[in-house]
Amino acid sequence: MASESIQVAVLGAGPGGYAAAFYAADLGMQVALIDEEPNPGGVCLYRGCIPSKALLHVAKVIDEARHASAWGVTFGEPKIDIARLRAFKQGVVDKLTGGVGQVAKLRKVKFIQGRATLTGPHSMTIAGSGGATALEFEHGVLATGSQPTRIPSLSFDSPRMMDSTSALDLPDVPGSLLVIGGGYIGLELGSVYATLGSKVSVVEMTAGLLPGADRDLVNVLHKRLEKVFASIMVNTKVTRVAEDAKGIRVTFEGSSNGSSGQPGSTSEQVFDRVLVAVGRRPNSKIPGLDATAVKVDANGFIETDGQRRTAESSIFAIGDVAGEPMLAHKASHEARVAIEAIAGHKGVFEPLAIPAVVFTDPEIAWCGLTEAQALERGTEIEVAKFPWAAIGRAITIDRPEGLTKLVLEPKSGRVLGVGIAGAGAGELIAEGVLAVEMGATADDMKLTIHPHPTLSETLMESAEVFFGQSTHVFKPRRKSR
Amino acid sequence: MAEFKVPELGENVPGGDVTNVLVKVGDTIAVDQPVLELETDKATVEVPSSVAGRVTEIKVKPGEKVNVGAVVLVVEDGNKSTPKEQEPAPKAQAPTPKAQQEEQTAQPPTPDAPKTGAPKDKVVSMPAKAQGSSAKPQAAVAKPPAQPSKPAGGHPAAPAAPSVRRLAREVGVNIDDVQGSGPEGRISEEDVKEHARRILSSMPSLGSGAPASAGGVAARPAVPLPDFSRWGEIERQPMSNVRRTTSERLSHAWTTIPHVTQFDKADISAMEELRRKYREQVAAAGGNLTVTAMLVKVIATAVKQFPQFNSSLDPQSNEIVYKKYVNVGVAVDTDRGLLVPVVRNADSKNITEIAVDVHQLAEKARSRKLTLEEMSGGGITISNLGGIGGTYFTPIVNWPEVAILGVSRGIVEPVWRADPSTGSGQGKWEPRQLLPLSLSYDHRVIDGADAMRFLRWVVEAVEQPFLLSLLG
Repeated sequence: MASESIQVAVLGAGPGGYAAAFYAADLGMQVALIDEEPNPGGVCLYRGCIPSKALLHVAKVIDEARHASAWGVTFGEPKIDIARLRAFKQGVVDKLTGGVGQVAKLRKVKFIQGRATLTGPHSMTIAGSGGATALEFEHGVLATGSQPTRIPSLSFDSPRMMDSTSALDLPDVPGSLLVIGGGYIGLELGSVYATLGSKVSVVEMTAGLLPGADRDLVNVLHKRLEKVFASIMVNTKVTRVAEDAKGIRVTFEGSSNGSSGQPGSTSEQVFDRVLVAVGRRPNSKIPGLDATAVKVDANGFIETDGQRRTAESSIFAIGDVAGEPMLAHKASHEARVAIEAIAGHKGVFEPLAIPAVVFTDPEIAWCGLTEAQALERGTEIEVAKFPWAAIGRAITIDRPEGLTKLVLEPKSGRVLGVGIAGAGAGELIAEGVLAVEMGATADDMKLTIHPHPTLSETLMESAEVFFGQSTHVFKPRRKSR
Repeated sequence: MAEFKVPELGENVPGGDVTNVLVKVGDTIAVDQPVLELETDKATVEVPSSVAGRVTEIKVKPGEKVNVGAVVLVVEDGNKSTPKEQEPAPKAQAPTPKAQQEEQTAQPPTPDAPKTGAPKDKVVSMPAKAQGSSAKPQAAVAKPPAQPSKPAGGHPAAPAAPSVRRLAREVGVNIDDVQGSGPEGRISEEDVKEHARRILSSMPSLGSGAPASAGGVAARPAVPLPDFSRWGEIERQPMSNVRRTTSERLSHAWTTIPHVTQFDKADISAMEELRRKYREQVAAAGGNLTVTAMLVKVIATAVKQFPQFNSSLDPQSNEIVYKKYVNVGVAVDTDRGLLVPVVRNADSKNITEIAVDVHQLAEKARSRKLTLEEMSGGGITISNLGGIGGTYFTPIVNWPEVAILGVSRGIVEPVWRADPSTGSGQGKWEPRQLLPLSLSYDHRVIDGADAMRFLRWVVEAVEQPFLLSLLG
């Protein structure tokens, strides 16, 4: 067995892992990056954020083309060449993963394709195509990510049963598709298939789509999805799935106080395909982890301190495997913190705002404190909302249904959180994140000139609403400020 | 009649030591007016009153330990803002119109600690132990952060940009302790640096300034200045670092030390003769045989006879710290301001060596080459203004030292010198050169009689340089 020794070994080459490897290399450390894929990228680039966004972009173009008839421009029904669409998506993935691979080479990061097994706090073996390698390292970074959660009772091998990974492979456009799970993955992929022509139904166990997001934001999306999807079932459980000749037979049961499903009532329906998107679970069953002192909590996340150091002082953990929220940008930020700690700096993971974006149409994005969290914690807040119907840019693109809101500290007007529902919300939220991190106040946002006519003006106007003086909405305050 | 009791100070804080009572009997206090400074395990906090009225009785004294719920003071015509004794929240209710006004301008209670009478942002000084001279420097410096510095619960995080929070981590400052100077208390990079400077300069071992202690002035809200431009043109200039440090140090010394200054005159006619005689010899060695250099030797010898003049007071432990080494500071006037380099082990050096030291240190001070090290560790200071003029002045003790000798210009005066050979009444007036000396000291450590004995010893040593070799 070949044997090597290195300063930093990063296990898993997703947006957490490769960011860690690159940053460590930039600080002058010798770095190895280990992954089973031929290039860095991880779930995000291979079977997550990136391919889904390529498909969502196509879906958006189709939707707009259809909608154009309302503006006096009518296109014919789209012809969908699924093989070519798949190739476009694959091209995007190859281009980005190849690019990251190139950057790894330029930085002299040693990329090792293979499956690693930890053999101690400072060592691992890697089984790759070219044989086994023993690797000694001073510091290890575990960035092994997550995978789709499987529900044992709903899991059986059938091409008709899909998870997010197989759904992104785009096997075909099924006539009917059931999405189990009303979270962001289910809604994004459901939207793609619906636009491509499937009759999509969504079933969610809790009372609403996108649990965790503020309801006023979700409502904006819900209204549109009601038109796009064949049905949205909330408060409804899937109790049984079985394959028969026509497809997958699904049994639903309404839970208590449901609006869609009556308590206890059951119904059955047959779907061509079923997408199970009920969440993701951390990949913490790392071979050989028990050869170290690394601890895993009850939810399967690796326990870390504020610097992302595990109970084994030479080993750090970042990204999905180190805790919620399982988001690429959180992982990349943690990568920076962990490498800073390895380099002896005093970095610590303490963001005030981690943005969350749902790339449906319309998009939903939020950061910092949500209204629901404030209510739960008893934090006194004031909410300033601005409806997009009053903003020029939203009208020109015929998307007046959006909503921008600021969650503010009542006395100082400090921005504690921002929520946006509407076209391009994912791009707009960045300003909100900066505002929260900088400790900006509504006054600051109000006094910052925003370009006209853009949707970003809604952030400025929301701030004006707080002071009862929004230009485009007349809503006087009761209290003077 | 209403009583004000020690309010809840925070989670797991049972009480604290009274470091200062900010009001006295007869004062009329308002709701939210700070009345007490308490040192808890975590920080020194100002405790605002929850009652208003005229103080008729104060039931605590500095140095006492008090627990939450203990009666602090009693007021007459007090409008008790807390009807229930169990809820001493200062801002709970305020029936008088005045108090209501106060309430509107007061900070809203933080969600997780509505009963906290002393919110975190009222922290007035550095970590508790940083003031004692025995405190290790680490006491004031936060440990490398293994956890985010976010306060627990729904308490909003400190309003500071990520880059500012990182700076705070790097210099070892808890961002939640930093007072923001920006709008709505936003914390700038400069605020963090200023906070760090305060912590550092409060460590006597570094010898570079001493800002607000628990009882210091910086803790009190500043009285607003009038608008001077109403009466004519003005110009504002930022204080230099030396100016600011001097300002902080002297404010601290002035407010902490009960000063007494005593005066005497020393006949330096003989010393002047010696000085003229050996000036060239010392110059050849690279020194300047000045009155200051000779006085450094006199003082170094004097503190061996009077060790309390080379001591420091540790109020934390109620101990006096006697130094077994003799380092004498010499105040130097530079274009940057006042600097005090230190002649080390002056007791074991001869006057020539001291003259060389003083000369080099003064040069370094004026050419900005003085290191922090060369300005630290002094035990007693000499400030000689004689080069400029004046008769007497009242120097401020260079805290944490306990004494300072001010030297003015030597002047020739007629002195009646009795002739010892011819009995009493006989003698003559003689022109003698007399050096006015002003000794300021910390009366907490030194009593007036001892100070006079010390000053007399100094005068005699100047008049009879032989004493230096006899006792030095």
